[in-house]
Order: sequence, then C-alpha cells, then structure tokens
Amino acid sequence: MNKDIKTINQEIPADFPGQVIPGGNGGNIVITSLNKVIDWGRKNSLWSLYFGTSCCAIEMMQTGAATNDYSRFGFEVARPSPRQADLIIIAGTIVNKMAPVLRRLYDQMAEPKYVIAMGACAISGGPFYYNSYSVVKGADHVIPVDVYVPGCPPRPEALLEGMIKLQEKIMNENALNRPNPMDGFDEGKAHIKPIKMINHD
Amino acid sequence: MEIETKNIKQPNLKDRFKTEEYMINMGPQHPATHGVLRLILTIDGEIIKKVEPDLGYIHRSIEKMCERDSYQQIVHLTDRMDYLSSHINNEAVSLAVEKALQLEIPDRVKVIRTIIAELTRIASHTLWWGVFGMDIGALTTYFYGFRDREMINDIFEETCGARLTMNYNKPGGLMFDIHPNFVNRVKDFVAHFKTKLPEYDRLLTGNIIFQKRTKGIGFLTKEDAISFGTTGPVSRGSGVASDIRKIHPYSAYERVDFKQPLYHEGDNLARYKVRIDEMWESLSIIEQLIDNIPEGDYQVPTKAVIKLPKGEYYQRVETARGELGVYINSEGNKNPYRVKFRSPGFSNLSVLNHISVGSKIGDLVAIMATLDLVIPDIDR
Repeated sequence: MNKDIKTINQEIPADFPGQVIPGGNGGNIVITSLNKVIDWGRKNSLWSLYFGTSCCAIEMMQTGAATNDYSRFGFEVARPSPRQADLIIIAGTIVNKMAPVLRRLYDQMAEPKYVIAMGACAISGGPFYYNSYSVVKGADHVIPVDVYVPGCPPRPEALLEGMIKLQEKIMNENALNRPNPMDGFDEGKAHIKPIKMINHD
Repeated sequence: MEIETKNIKQPNLKDRFKTEEYMINMGPQHPATHGVLRLILTIDGEIIKKVEPDLGYIHRSIEKMCERDSYQQIVHLTDRMDYLSSHINNEAVSLAVEKALQLEIPDRVKVIRTIIAELTRIASHTLWWGVFGMDIGALTTYFYGFRDREMINDIFEETCGARLTMNYNKPGGLMFDIHPNFVNRVKDFVAHFKTKLPEYDRLLTGNIIFQKRTKGIGFLTKEDAISFGTTGPVSRGSGVASDIRKIHPYSAYERVDFKQPLYHEGDNLARYKVRIDEMWESLSIIEQLIDNIPEGDYQVPTKAVIKLPKGEYYQRVETARGELGVYINSEGNKNPYRVKFRSPGFSNLSVLNHISVGSKIGDLVAIMATLDLVIPDIDR
C-alpha cells in the first residue's frame, strides 16, 4: 500500500482545512495540518485577563454581559490571574506608575499570549496625549500589541470585531514555530504585525 | 540513659500557637478593587489589622491638564473621571462656568439635564448592584444588572451619540436637542424597570447568605461618617442627610418631590438599601419630569472663547457616589488658573481602614463594594 506522495495529494478532499504543500517527503501534510489544528484550538479558547484600568473596562464588562456575550466566540471566561490567561485586553489608560505592573503581568503570562489595545488611551494616550505628565502615550511602548481597537470607549461590537480579527490572525499563524513577540521589542525592533481597525464611533 | 525532662522548660500553650502579623498586597490588578487600587493589608491570620491604600496607578493629571484647556474642553475631561456618572460630572463643570458668567439657563435644559442625570444614577447603581453581587459570589446579579443598564445606554446613544462618556453638556446648555424618540423610550424604560426592580430584591436582598455577608459588617457610626467627610449613599447609610440635591438644589431638583433615603444601621446592608431606594426615587423624579419637558431653546449662545471674570467659583452636585465639588480659580483668561475637583470617592475611601479593621479578609471585598469606589475618580 505504498502510495506515491503525489497520489496522496490528489486524494485530499477540497474542504480539507489545512494548506497542502505539494512535493517533499510527505511530512509537510502532517505538519501543516497539525499547525492548523493547534491554531484552531488556540483561537477558540482565548481566556482574557481582568485588566480594566478605567472607562473602557465598563464597555469590556458589557461585552461580557448577556447582550453581547463574548463567550459565544470562545472568549469563555475572564481570569483574574495572568498565569491562567492567554489574552490581555488593555481597557484603559496606562500611566507611568502602572506601566511596570503591566509589563510584569505580561511577562507572567504563559506563551502563547496576545494583546488587544482597547480604546484611544491604550493606543496612543488618547485624550491625555497633550499636556499630561503622567500618561504613557500608548501601551505599545510597554508590551507588543496585536490588535488596536479605536474608540473612546469603543462600542462592544467594535471590541467583538477586534477579538474576531485576533482570531483570524491566530488562524494564520505558524503554531509550531511561533516567533516570540518580545524578540527585539526592547531594542525598538518589534517584528509583530498589528491589526489596526478603523473607528466605528 | 534517662533524659531529665524536669529541667526542660515547656513552652506554654499560648506561646506555641502564637500568630504573627504579616503583610499582603492586594492589587493593583485585582478583580475586586474595581480598577487599579492597591491595598497593603496587615493581617493576623484572617483578621485585618490595617489597610493602607496606595493610589496613583491611574493618575492622569486631569487637574493639571485643565489649566491648559479652555472651559469647553474641560467638560470632556471630566467624564473620564467618574465614568459611571459622566453626565453629572459634565453638569458640574457646566454649572460652575454658567454661575461665573451669570447665564440664565432655559427651563428645558434644566429639565433634560435632570432626567439624564437620574438615568445616569440608575445606570450607575444597576452596575454597582450587579458587581456587588459578583464580588460576594453571586454571578447571576451581574447579568441582571447589565441587562437593565443596556437599555439606558441605548437611550443615551440615541440622544447623545455615545453610550458611556456622553459629553452632552456644555457651558450654556446642551450640545443638541433630545431625540424625538427620547420621551417614549424613557417611559418604556421606567415601565420596564418598575417591574424589574422588585426582582433585584427577590434575587439578592432576602438571600440568607447575602444577609450574613452584609448585616453588621463594615460598621460606620454617624459621627465618624461626618468627621471622615463621607458623602452620598455611604453617609446616608449612617443616617447623615447629605444629599446635595436637597441641601443646595441645582437644575430642576427644586420642582420635583423626592425623599432622600436614610438608614441608621451604618453597615453594609444599610448602604445597600440606600442605593436600592435611590433607584426608586430616581424613577419617581423621571416620572414627574418626563411628561412636561418645557418648550424652548436647548442652549444659550455663548462666545466661542469663554473668559471667566477674575475670581473663585465653586459648584457642588450629587453624583451617584456623593458630593462632587468643582473649584475654578480664574484670572480672567481663557484658561483657568487652577481647577480642583473634590471627588466623592476619595473621601469615601478614607473611611476604609477605619471600618474594616477587625473584620475578616473576605469581608473587605464586601466593604469595598458598598463604598462603590471608582478609582479614576480618586486618582484623577
């Protein structure tokens, strides 16, 4: 029953979820399919950390409440401990005193970890960009950010869309050989490609 | 060989089971602190000896920024302070500027401001009620509270264009007129909420576990409530009649008939009951005003650059948490020389160490929930 690799490729059904790379020694099919399976698993069980510093936290809570309910999309529960979380939704302003705490929380999370910057403050300092002596002008000065959701605060629907965008991003990842987002971040050479959404307000 | 046990000194039982005080850190990232408050707790076993709040994790220098902004711009910063009563914060600044300019505000503006302020108060208290239940272990309340809050947010969105930080006020009136649907939707909400509010009592107030967690815990006497400067539902739970809407009526509060709920027990349950009763009173205020919103303009024209006359101005309003004071010191320029906010959360937080010493560490969460702290309001 030793089949040629080309015949195996032809037998793959059209709705096969993985990407099939023809040729090679046959191992690619297994690796790429495994990648997709892991990605699929990761994207559907993203547990977020309770990290609300200010106003956006209320909209984040409303996204989790009955009307919008983000657990429909796999953001099943919010966890108070960074050790159990996969995702930080930075909901609110980051000030100079809070920045080391945010960095420590991020470092304490287990890989793979993702970050959504919710609202104008977390993106750039927002209303506190000018004349403020204590506000960090964007959370991406502290940790690498995957998705930016604009708004002040964003509507729950906007946050949901940002979360779904993150799931799409995870689905396109190379799960077995995922680069560390912190590589070169402190030197100012972040290789992570963030998703920037348009304003829905 | 025998060991002489006689000469060995036996430690007495008290020394052997002696406990030591130790310190733990609660926050700044903790779900029960409702934001980024850090508490340094000194505890002995499970008994709290000392609570030391550490502030500044969300200090955004709002007061300093106000010195560079024009008076219209200050309004936009204030609803990021106490975001749960954002409309009332906006109203406070607008009233202070209007007082300084001696503007005559149309009745229509006063009535609309009052209706929206009371809707904001209900929205704030429903959120507080839901989160309070969640803090002490009843997750269901969270969903009930947010269900009703979402209806109010829809009303706000239709009229003001935003759900949370509304910026509907400006010095001289309102940004725009109310939406044609406003009156009907508010009436629908009042009718809906009147059937749902008894549900709150049925679900939580009579619950035996809830009663045990709240009755007699976090006791604050009337004298202490006054001397610590607490305001709002925290002081009214201790029997201090501190409602600014009664003492210094502003907007349309003179023309409505309402009670200020007072309880004299001073514990968690009393503060809880004050807030539940306040929701009934807010509903009654809205019902009195919604049918006769006067016709007229929704704003008085002001100059594009507002310059206040030289002097000091102070305006106090009652937010959902207590007394908010706005102090403006003007030198006659387009920017204020100094702006100071007297936030209700800061004074209410000062009482935390006093009322939680001696109780269990689990009760600290319940006590903090009944103080209803909003941390950006404290840090500003």
